Amino acid sequence: MSRALRTAIAVALLGVATVAGGCAPAAMRVTIRIHYSAFDPTEIAVPRGVPVTFVLVNEDPIDHEWLIGDEAFHERHRHGTHEAHGAVPNEVTVPALETVETTITFVDPGPVQYICHLPGHEEYGMVGTVTVGG
Amino acid sequence: MRRPWLSLAAAAAALLATAAPTLACGGLIGPNGAVNLLRTTTFAGYHDGVEHYVTAFEFAGGGGAFGSIVPLPDVPTNVERGGDWTLQRLVRETDPAPEAAFFAVGAADSAREAEVLLETTIDALDITILRGGGDEVGLWAKNHGFRLPPDAPEVLDFYADRSPIFMAAAFDADAAAERGQAIGDGTPVHLTIPTDNPWVPLRILALGKQASETVEADVYLLTDERPALLPKAGAFGESDGLILDHSASASDGLLADLRSDAGMGWVPTGAWLTKIVVDAPADAIDFDLAIDATGAGKPSTVDAGYAPFRPTNHAPRSPIALYLLAAAVLVVLVPVALERAARGTGRPPLAGA
Repeated sequence: MSRALRTAIAVALLGVATVAGGCAPAAMRVTIRIHYSAFDPTEIAVPRGVPVTFVLVNEDPIDHEWLIGDEAFHERHRHGTHEAHGAVPNEVTVPALETVETTITFVDPGPVQYICHLPGHEEYGMVGTVTVGG
Repeated sequence: MRRPWLSLAAAAAALLATAAPTLACGGLIGPNGAVNLLRTTTFAGYHDGVEHYVTAFEFAGGGGAFGSIVPLPDVPTNVERGGDWTLQRLVRETDPAPEAAFFAVGAADSAREAEVLLETTIDALDITILRGGGDEVGLWAKNHGFRLPPDAPEVLDFYADRSPIFMAAAFDADAAAERGQAIGDGTPVHLTIPTDNPWVPLRILALGKQASETVEADVYLLTDERPALLPKAGAFGESDGLILDHSASASDGLLADLRSDAGMGWVPTGAWLTKIVVDAPADAIDFDLAIDATGAGKPSTVDAGYAPFRPTNHAPRSPIALYLLAAAVLVVLVPVALERAARGTGRPPLAGA
């Protein structure tokens, strides 16, 4: 293949990539700090259909959870017996003094809560809300 | 200055069952959620610059492990089995219903982990003295099978900022059963702590409790002179906070009885006995009890938790020995209400030991 042809193909591919990138939704990163058993922030707005990477920074010397879902989901976890979470993106255990990342793409608009369901933590105030845009 | 922590053996027994556990420590709950330690009782005596801290742990049945953590003013030089009646005797001295109080005893990884200064075993209790910040102590507890309540990170920092020394006590119920310990049997622990910084941890009593839950405890102080306290008893009114329940010269009979208990030979021949009753919602107990037994009448706002601790390069405070030549402070913390509640409901005493 001639050098001119290779250059033409590369330019074409670059153009395709640029167009595709312009159409695809931009990924988003949100950092949530956990300190003294409290989430910060507790109110987050994200767009629908966009991969959102949550960076969960646990500054406490105790484990916490970050579980996000609807009320039925939380009701199940209030009575759950899981020692730890991690295999599912919206069910995450954040070990003491560690940072964990998880990526979620929200499909339905509206508010969803994230809560730590370890014993006593929700009552202590470990609750926050992600509002998914339309 | 050192903190006077006298263990009222007799009172302890009664208290152990009820409030003692609360007093002594911040609640640590075993990984299986089982509550094997019904209650613990704490007593603190201060004399000649040495704090004598006695806390008791009561076996409440069940299996597995349970424990608690107690903030300390300084590094202990000795940890041993405590006497048998100090706490109970103090209760009898101030309680108009002596029999009840006297016999209620059943009552009682990484490089970031806290440094272990001392380990010992007393009966079925594994005692560990730790030095470290709140994160380090919390991580040590987590890595050793304890589940700290959500308010623990803030409370541990609250104490570690002033004194990075803690006692962790793990109660092995299986070992207790093997030893033939019966439900209600208490194990008193006596710590000898040279320190010039006497204070009584109160905030730790609220650890793990809901804001509206009531914290109840009895705090006994034995000093050469009438002590100056911060906050002052009565600061919250007679029904909500600290109540000055007793303040008088200690009787010769009391002092003689205390002195006759194991490890209590340090009790002076003359002293002032003060009893403070703690009775307040958990969210109102965000302070400790600072004691000035020097006669200067200026208890520390830092020791009370009202002012942030700021390390300085100033010369160290005058040795307490100067003050203590004549001063003896006896502090007894006796949690009562919580223990009664725990006794009635069987719920886990969250107070740390």
